[in-house]
Amino acid sequence: MLVITLGPGNVDLSIPATMTLSGTLALKAMGSDPGTAWMGLGVAVLVGLGTGLANFALIYLLRLPPIIATLAASLIYQSLAIWSNRGLRIKPPAGLAEFATGRTMGIPNVALVGLGLSILIWLLLERSVWGRWLLASGQNLRAARLAGVPVEAVRAATYLAVTVFAAIAGYLLASFSGGAALNMGAEYLLMSIAVVVIGGTSIAGGSSNVPGVWGASLFMFLVVSMLNSYGAGAGVRMVLTGLIIIGIVIAASTRRVQR
Amino acid sequence: MTIAAEPAAPIVALTGAAKHFGPVRALDGVSLSISPGDCLGLVGHNGAGKSTLVNVVNGGLSPSAGSVDFPASGATTALAAGVRSVFQELSLCPNLTVAENLRISHSALRGMNWRAPARAEIRAALDEVFPGHGIDADATVDALSIAERQMVEIAIGFAPRGTEARLVILDEPTSSLDAGIAEQLLSHIKRFCAQGGAVIFISHMLGEIFEVATRILVMKDGKVVAERAAGGFTRQGLVDAMGHVATEAAAAQAARVHGEEVLHTPEGLRARKGEIVGLSGLAGHGQAEALARLYLGATSSWRSPREAGMVFVAGDRGRDGLLPLWSILRNTSISILPQIAKRGLVDRDREAAVAAEWKKRIGIRTDDVTNPILSLSGGNQQKVLFARALASSAPVVVMDDPMRGVDVGTKQDVYAMIRAEAAKGRTFLWYSTETEEVCQCDRVFVFRNSEISAELTGEAITEERILEASFEMEGA
Repeated sequence: MLVITLGPGNVDLSIPATMTLSGTLALKAMGSDPGTAWMGLGVAVLVGLGTGLANFALIYLLRLPPIIATLAASLIYQSLAIWSNRGLRIKPPAGLAEFATGRTMGIPNVALVGLGLSILIWLLLERSVWGRWLLASGQNLRAARLAGVPVEAVRAATYLAVTVFAAIAGYLLASFSGGAALNMGAEYLLMSIAVVVIGGTSIAGGSSNVPGVWGASLFMFLVVSMLNSYGAGAGVRMVLTGLIIIGIVIAASTRRVQR
Repeated sequence: MTIAAEPAAPIVALTGAAKHFGPVRALDGVSLSISPGDCLGLVGHNGAGKSTLVNVVNGGLSPSAGSVDFPASGATTALAAGVRSVFQELSLCPNLTVAENLRISHSALRGMNWRAPARAEIRAALDEVFPGHGIDADATVDALSIAERQMVEIAIGFAPRGTEARLVILDEPTSSLDAGIAEQLLSHIKRFCAQGGAVIFISHMLGEIFEVATRILVMKDGKVVAERAAGGFTRQGLVDAMGHVATEAAAAQAARVHGEEVLHTPEGLRARKGEIVGLSGLAGHGQAEALARLYLGATSSWRSPREAGMVFVAGDRGRDGLLPLWSILRNTSISILPQIAKRGLVDRDREAAVAAEWKKRIGIRTDDVTNPILSLSGGNQQKVLFARALASSAPVVVMDDPMRGVDVGTKQDVYAMIRAEAAKGRTFLWYSTETEEVCQCDRVFVFRNSEISAELTGEAITEERILEASFEMEGA
């Protein structure tokens, strides 16, 4: 969402690969030993920072379009994950696995973490100087620059923030599913963009909607679960998911034009 | 075309036309008829309803009450009646060529080889309005200067485009043109009207209105407050009718003592503390680029210091200034966020206080500063950009032709504000296409072909000297 808010052309396609890489490396570093959960989180965050820096370096120094830079970089991250993983499936430490799969007051812990991060992002966007700068840059990069906004710093921070969040998600997902898998991020490539757009964040940039992302995620989850429970095959499920996303994006954009 | 001997039916007739946007009465019952041969000068303050009137006439807005008819042609739509508009906010597609832009509003051009007639038509139109324009019909619009774009837009407005133009509406057409080009346009308007066309001419430059208009219509708060033949007004009378006490440019300024030099660029631009430095010359000779380079060089894309060293007032609002999704409040405060933030969070009470103060000081016409910025008229948007820059404490203010589309009264207010701020020790760099504005500066650099061709100070700043320096080489 944050990167898309930066305006047209800004997108991070390295999210799935970053998730895979951080999950893989974090679990490898922890090696199923108890008491290493925080260290693993640290590794994941470092991976996120690293991939974010690499993405932005490609975009800024080589002036590559973000869509190409992040997609190409994601191949590298994925290869790194394959190379370090070598087919091993390391289990997460017991305490961490328990946390990731457990519930507090009936709500999954992972959802609580997501909620906490969402509130943080929402606060940043609505109240902080950085959030204002981000929204301004997304509306009109040149005008923002001429108004004194440090636009490159804002872009860099945004690309970093996105990969750090992806890395944390990969870490939690790997802990949740009992080990990192090489394809674990794959489903999030389209999904991460779809929920942002369905949630009401403008593709044209400059406006974002944090509660909308939650609504859209729950909706997409509902759709996928329903199709699963009706016994639809994987192919049908994906076709329908794709159609739903297209339909909603069209509905959302025509509504905006009419207004 | 109607035969001149008969009393010609009006091209457009408005009866009691009104347009409301929610509670705002942008147009409040206007009756008006425009006949062939009329050149109607339309004047009024920012937000007086001029643009709304234009949009009602050209069919862009349908009136909330009253009617718009086209008796001369019997057509039902403005397009079929030959009503054309040229807007002050440039509306060309920057990625297309000049000829391709003509095609957008010329649906009769079809077939495989439509570009050739399009090129011929736009070339003919440009040649007719602006002889010696030097614009290539195959150039993409984003390669043209803002003045050239405006010329293309005007030429498209006058081009026959399959039918013929009967009424051309020009909204601030000369604000980005220099004097010579503007003169060509004015004489074309006179020719066009003499041949039985009609023009609605909106301008804040009263001299132009008096030069071309046969009738002058004064608007205020959505109503027509005066309508007379051009001879029936004096300059002073016109300003009074608009409802502003005229304060003609205070000619004699006391020579002020300036502080140390705060700015010196490799190109030779120099400015001292508390000085108002003007940049002049013909439009598109590198002044705007020089200012943008100066500003971008002096500030960083990576850091934003608490106290900005330099701020920028954009003239090309859509491209360089506005943040279109935001409210007036947020547009005003963007440059001062680091100053009013506590531990990275915006102090919203202080932000609101600053916006309220500037709304009052600079007279932004709105009920509520949380309204969207695009709800304001062009001139009021410009005031917001001024407020954005002046609200900061930056010692150097860079202004890139900031008075485009600002009415006479506001201009005087802003001049006074600029002088007051300069007296407090701020330095202003001010590019303007209007020589009258430049003459108020303490020091003037005249640009020609992206280089400084003359530096004038004090008594030497006169319109003649500036023109001389702008043209020198071209005359030789």
